[in-house]
Amino acid sequence: MEFAFTDEQVMIADTVRGFFAEHASSERTRAAMAASGTAAGIDRALWSSFASELGLAGVGLPEDHGGAGLGMVEFALVAEAAGSKVAAIPLLGLAMVGRGIAAGGSDAQKSQWLPRLAGGEVMAAAAWADGLRANDGRLSTTLNFVPHGGAADLLLVYGGDDAWLVDLKGDGVAVTTHVTMDQTRPLATIVLDGAAVEPLADGRAATMAALAAGWICLSAEALGGAQETLDRTVAYSRERVQFGRAIGSFQAYKHRLADMMVEIEQARSAVYWAACALDEGSEEATLALHAAKSFCADTYHMCAGNMIQLHGGIGFTWEHDAHLFFKRARSILTLLGDGQWHREQVARLIMGAAA
Amino acid sequence: MKLGFSPADEAFRAECAAWLTAQMNGPFADIRGIPNLCDAIPRRKEWEQQLAAHQWSCIGWPEQWGGRNATLAQQVIFAEEYARAGAPNRINHIGVELAGPTILAFGTEQQKAQYLPGIAAGTAIWCQGYSEPGAGSDLANVKTKARLESGEWVVNGQKVWTSLAHYSDMIFVVARSEEGSKGPKGISFLLMDIDQPGIEVRPIRQMNGEAEFNETFLTDARCAGDAMLGARGDGWKVAMALLAFERGVSTLGQQMQFRNELDAVIDAARTHGKAADPVIRQRIAKAEIGLRLMRYGALRMLSGTDPAAIDGAALTYKIQWATWRRDLGELAMDVLGQAGEIADGDHDGWGPLPNMYLFSRSDTIYGGTNQIQRNLIAERGLGLPREPRGEL
Ligand SMILES: Cc1cc2nc3c(=O)[nH]c(=O)nc-3n(C[C@H](O)[C@H](O)[C@H](O)COP(=O)(O)OP(=O)(O)OC[C@H]3O[C@@H](n4cnc5c(N)ncnc54)[C@H](O)[C@@H]3O)c2cc1C
Repeated sequence: MEFAFTDEQVMIADTVRGFFAEHASSERTRAAMAASGTAAGIDRALWSSFASELGLAGVGLPEDHGGAGLGMVEFALVAEAAGSKVAAIPLLGLAMVGRGIAAGGSDAQKSQWLPRLAGGEVMAAAAWADGLRANDGRLSTTLNFVPHGGAADLLLVYGGDDAWLVDLKGDGVAVTTHVTMDQTRPLATIVLDGAAVEPLADGRAATMAALAAGWICLSAEALGGAQETLDRTVAYSRERVQFGRAIGSFQAYKHRLADMMVEIEQARSAVYWAACALDEGSEEATLALHAAKSFCADTYHMCAGNMIQLHGGIGFTWEHDAHLFFKRARSILTLLGDGQWHREQVARLIMGAAA
Repeated sequence: MKLGFSPADEAFRAECAAWLTAQMNGPFADIRGIPNLCDAIPRRKEWEQQLAAHQWSCIGWPEQWGGRNATLAQQVIFAEEYARAGAPNRINHIGVELAGPTILAFGTEQQKAQYLPGIAAGTAIWCQGYSEPGAGSDLANVKTKARLESGEWVVNGQKVWTSLAHYSDMIFVVARSEEGSKGPKGISFLLMDIDQPGIEVRPIRQMNGEAEFNETFLTDARCAGDAMLGARGDGWKVAMALLAFERGVSTLGQQMQFRNELDAVIDAARTHGKAADPVIRQRIAKAEIGLRLMRYGALRMLSGTDPAAIDGAALTYKIQWATWRRDLGELAMDVLGQAGEIADGDHDGWGPLPNMYLFSRSDTIYGGTNQIQRNLIAERGLGLPREPRGEL
């Protein structure tokens, strides 16, 4: 037992942090936000250098299918760094679909899709649906609120004992991208009207793996974002002077920043506990995932809200980045199960279902 | 990063679990699971000595001083099994977890030989003489004076809130040894026998009815000239290092007590018909999550490879657990309803959960209040400007 990063993990963290700090600038993110249609909320150039130059899109995917190996701890380091810059990339879809296929796909499906996902050639999105039935290998349904559904090429429909892959460029597929509050991860409505689908070999395994990866991704993004709101607010508190003092010298202000740090440190424990438990196949993994998703989302939203408050008027402007964090935090609160739902799952695990 | 335990660790777990359960089901069954620090003191002193006799009293210490040189994983395991077996709160917590490690870090070989065996054997119970009427959060404002008189320290002053002083054999005292000094400079860290004519201990009744802490009056109290850790006038450093041990491995044992308390709240929710109440379920889940994060925060803090780095997990740990327990106390009372307010018999006859509810109000005060923690986090963790000092 050693709950600290290995040297290799520290190196990965430094590399991805450096990468996103250099490339995922506010200007580039805002350019992606301003685009529409299939370009909405996607920095394609960033995604391709992330996947091909940095070669980190394969983290958490099996090496014998073109992935980089490693585990969810390393993936969380990547998602934390991406989240800290609110990078406009389809990381969530990659994690859910890649891990879903790796867990529930046949060998043929794995070798068909995983190398292309890891290489960044194919962008993926995932949509939850329960109780669907395919007819002659075709599916008809409406899937709402699909993150980055407008930009994706490949869709994983998951949620029950079955899971399917859908070519989003194929016939019988209509995608509408919505203008979404978090413009760095727009939601889409996808209508399948007799679209050809390919069932995964083990739909249940794919569903569980996709959800676990999604929860880790969102938790780690939230951690990175929350830490960034704290760092930026601390920096501002040293510069801004009122009443002849740096505002960071006022105790009410200091204490709010301290409260942010207290929550963020717990969020950090949550993310890496969950990721590590998942990698080790620990029996605590399920509880850890629910804990991480609910705790980190709450932490991020609290911190991003504080960032606005502690910046005063400038924090309420479009020009300032505070709203990017705030809106990403808001969307993470709801995505893949809200806090109440996750906490109820924790309650079930420790005290059984409500009689 | 690795959470799992090795087969050797699991063998160690089996060994301590077997011993602890045998004790708690056998010779020490009468003190199994008693929550309060003040109950059954003589029996708990015997328990300390039983732990010592089997080399379980301070497993993290070097073997030379009665420990086992236990690894972090082993200390985690022992803390878990200790609580699982229902063994009582350690009455010599201050000796084993605070005084001992500080003596190991700052003591001369002669001092180690003089003080450590008593702690390891469970025969010397220690208490902490820091706070004074005029020096609480502002500990550097201590007024207790120490002067050297024919090779002996002679100490005069008053300490307050001294936990367990009435059961203790030894007290470490932070006193001003340099005439005219102010603030952190000029303070010495003295190790004194409590049982002497110059020290008078008067218990103070707490709001939960118990009297766990005391006023401690020092009137020409004495100790040897070399009964001092660190250099003369340089005791502040020692006093601060000791506080850092409060965030050490002892937190693991404390967490296991919290585990038992949360389990008791969950049981109470079942017996009081609240187990299906969605709001209570949310709060219990939150408490469970908070407790798990406390565990992994502690493991991060203890696994940290670079002790010099400002470690966020360590800096935020105190306010985190204190606030968690205060919230748990409130949850416990909401679960119990009015039944929680009935104390049959004495005014301190509350059950363990109502008592925890009351006691938890001190968790956010001792060891640095929540406000002081926030100052420390902001100043040391985030590098913000320090609080100005006044002139009063
Ligand atoms: C149950 C219990 C056991 C204890 N055991 C021991 C013991 O064994 N040995 C020992 O030496 N001491 C012990 N203490 C004392 C404890 O450490 C002090 O009570 C604590 O440090 C606070 O000091 P104080 O009581 O003087 O409060 P004060 O320092 O007077 O604080 C009063 C209020 O003012 C706030 N405040 C003070 N300074 C600031 C600031 N700079 N910024 C913002 N707010 C501020 C505090 O947060 C608090 O809310 C114990 C206390 C309790 C309750």
